[in-house]
Amino acid sequence: MINIIVFSLLGIGLLFTMIRFIIGPSLSDKVVSLDTFNMIIIGVIAMLALIFQSELYLDITIIYSILAFLETVVFARYVEGKKDANH
Amino acid sequence: MQIISYIFLIIGGIFYFLGGLGILRMPDTFTRIQAGTKATTLGSFSIMIGIAFQFPSWTFKLLLIIILIAITNPIGSSAIARATYRSKHIPKNLVQDDLKKEGE
Repeated sequence: MINIIVFSLLGIGLLFTMIRFIIGPSLSDKVVSLDTFNMIIIGVIAMLALIFQSELYLDITIIYSILAFLETVVFARYVEGKKDANH
Repeated sequence: MQIISYIFLIIGGIFYFLGGLGILRMPDTFTRIQAGTKATTLGSFSIMIGIAFQFPSWTFKLLLIIILIAITNPIGSSAIARATYRSKHIPKNLVQDDLKKEGE
């Protein structure tokens, strides 16, 4: 029961970030929403480790957080390089 | 022990939800960065602590994830904010701009 409540809260948060990713006015809004999306996905994978009672999902969480950080930094450098982009 | 874990999991879920809501509802880019990264950092800490109360033998890996997120997430948000400022995407309703005075 508690797991269903936590998963639905995470799912509503994911839905909101995806809406912002689609309608975001500028490029940096999309990068911010992608960063938040990755953080919520980390929470979802950790909750999957709790439900299936398997420690392997925590390894996936570690690798995913490193890749999400790299992705955020690379997209931030890309936004910084484009001087006059509106979308 | 189970009840403490459930309380931490609910707190984490609520903070993740508030992070998504802040991403959707905030007016400009800098407030979206503020809402999206701070709330999700606390939410992920709370969910990891809640899992560690149910499975105490997983504490080392969960602590590793917490340290990793605590290092990388503020760096990422700072990089996005710096890139947004330097790419001339400054929002129209920004009242005070201290960096512009320092640069000149």
